[in-house]
Amino acid sequence: MLPSSARLGASGTPGAEAGAAPRGSGLSLLWSELRVLFGRRRTWALLLALAAIPVLVAVAVRISSTVPPGRGPAFLDRITQNGLFVAFTAMLVSVPLFLPLTVGVVAGDTIAGEANMGTLRYLLVAPTGRVRLLLVKYAGALAFCLAAPVTVGLAGAAIGAALFPVGPVTLLSGDVIEAPEAALRILLIAAYLSVSLAGLSAIGLFLSTLTVVPVGAMAATVVVSVVSQVLDQLPQLEWLHPWLFSHYWLGFGDLLRQPVLWDSFASNALLQAGYVAVFGALAYGRFVTKDVLS
Amino acid sequence: MTGAAGGRGSRAYGLTIETQGLTKRFGQQLAVNDINLAVPPGAVFGFLGPNGSGKTTTIRMLLGLAAASAGTVRLLGMDMPGKFQEVLPHVGALVEGPAFYPFLSGTANLHRLDAATRHAAPATRKARVSEALERVGLGHAAGKRVHAYSLGMKQRLGIANALLSPRELLVLDEPTNGLDPQGTREVRNLVRSLAADGTTVFVSSHLLAEVEQICTHAAVMSAGRLVAQGPLPELRRSGTTGIRLVTPDTGAAMDVLARLGLFPELAAAQSDGGVVTAALAGNPAPEEIVAHLVEAGVRVRGFAVERESLEDRFVALTGEGFDVAQ
Ligand SMILES: Nc1ncnc2c1ncn2[C@@H]1O[C@H](COP(=O)(O)OP(=O)(O)OP(=O)(O)O)[C@@H](O)[C@H]1O
Ligand SMILES: [Mg+2]
Repeated sequence: MLPSSARLGASGTPGAEAGAAPRGSGLSLLWSELRVLFGRRRTWALLLALAAIPVLVAVAVRISSTVPPGRGPAFLDRITQNGLFVAFTAMLVSVPLFLPLTVGVVAGDTIAGEANMGTLRYLLVAPTGRVRLLLVKYAGALAFCLAAPVTVGLAGAAIGAALFPVGPVTLLSGDVIEAPEAALRILLIAAYLSVSLAGLSAIGLFLSTLTVVPVGAMAATVVVSVVSQVLDQLPQLEWLHPWLFSHYWLGFGDLLRQPVLWDSFASNALLQAGYVAVFGALAYGRFVTKDVLS
Repeated sequence: MTGAAGGRGSRAYGLTIETQGLTKRFGQQLAVNDINLAVPPGAVFGFLGPNGSGKTTTIRMLLGLAAASAGTVRLLGMDMPGKFQEVLPHVGALVEGPAFYPFLSGTANLHRLDAATRHAAPATRKARVSEALERVGLGHAAGKRVHAYSLGMKQRLGIANALLSPRELLVLDEPTNGLDPQGTREVRNLVRSLAADGTTVFVSSHLLAEVEQICTHAAVMSAGRLVAQGPLPELRRSGTTGIRLVTPDTGAAMDVLARLGLFPELAAAQSDGGVVTAALAGNPAPEEIVAHLVEAGVRVRGFAVERESLEDRFVALTGEGFDVAQ
């Protein structure tokens, strides 16, 4: 190999050395992926829509004089006494549909979106290894899984604090914690939800390798999440329930006890890791052999 | 230009692109059928063929985007797709038109694609991107979002992407598609200057005239098969020559030519005369033909010996008619 000074590029600046050890860090594609994902308007629209949920909840409670105790989502009746409950309520109501919907959009778009725009072929001939691209794409989807529940929680805390008094929070175990610790619990629940969505993201990634129509992969991912939740409701399928990726989605109540019960967090994390492994492998098997014809 | 873009002091390989028995099957259809490409280093290689003849499919296999149903590919002397990590950093490509993130600017798009490869030095990224944009005349539109680009601007951006790093091989699939005459000329000049630096250029096109001016070699595809391949002069030589006669006395002229053993055709007829053409096969010599014509009282207004254009040859190889091959 010639020294780099002998390889002057089209630009007249020294170019990458032929076949030499990679000079760019392996992280630059990840960085670029995050910038593209969080720089695009669609992602912001999704996050704004998620932020709108606590705002709607808070405003609805604020303008209706009283909430009859025991009606509506859990925590709803406590909001007027403590604004922080807006965050808990909003996170709870966004679990079945809104979070899976937004995650479905992002995860379903990962590979299919690039294929649809045609940029997939240019990424691959750049060259980006297919495995590396898959990992970076999944990392991007995970970053969104992190951002989405945090957005709901923080927007909830903010609007709750703006419209209602904020004070000590009474936990499910009856203990009382101060507001700053309650804010930490909000983040803890957001983390729980992020983990919960990891499996669905892996499913979305896999579905995304099957098609060049991103909307198809997005819709399929959302449908899968709905089906899983429906199956989880059928008592006849009791044996199946612990294997459904949505099984622990609403199990974050244990994080609202004193001391925190980590059982469901651990079971959930294990289950999600299993889904990530299985669907990650499927996505890998599909994508590394796929003809890129778009 | 400074140093050779493809300037390895000595190339370690005999052919820049070499395929053996390369085949791609889509269901029942053979999109690419057993082709043996041989592109020598430094060549500007025109890859010709009508729509649907398998050019893009071949290029996809060359670059490892699609797996071959049969056959092998070697690029820069290394096996593809096995050695893509070593090969592709030295290959710039435009495949089936440009494709970009419409919501990003031209510059941001190139940054993204450059970040995709670990072989490109991040330190020089900015300089290389703006240099490439300047090179294709997009400097002023670099900050614009790509969805606001015209077709030709996207095409130029695609070429800029292929030029981001120094390359040994450029694979350009219909690079002048959608370009204005100015842009077409610039692309031609660009290809020439790159070739002068030692870069091998593999350029596909269905417009022969476009390629004819810049290519040193060519190959012709027809319905998935490679029907001709070689240096351009050689391909030209294998074509036939003919005469072209302008005269008011077309009838008499055709009689004379027929008597000389030629097969004249009336190429154009007007009220005051017409054009007669005939293929030449060595005998009689053109000057003798003119002598015979004049002797017979044919009023010769124009007479030319024409080599069959590469275009005619192209049509002869790929078949006439507008329908794309199945
Ligand atoms: N994804 C695909 N699935 C099935 N058949 C395909 C696919 N892509 C291409 N083909 C077929 O393969 C053949 C060759 O197509 P290809 O795109 O390589 O032609 P081309 O020479 O590049 O044509 P053009 O000049 O129009 O770009 C065509 O008959 C086409 O129908
Ligand atoms: Mg094509």
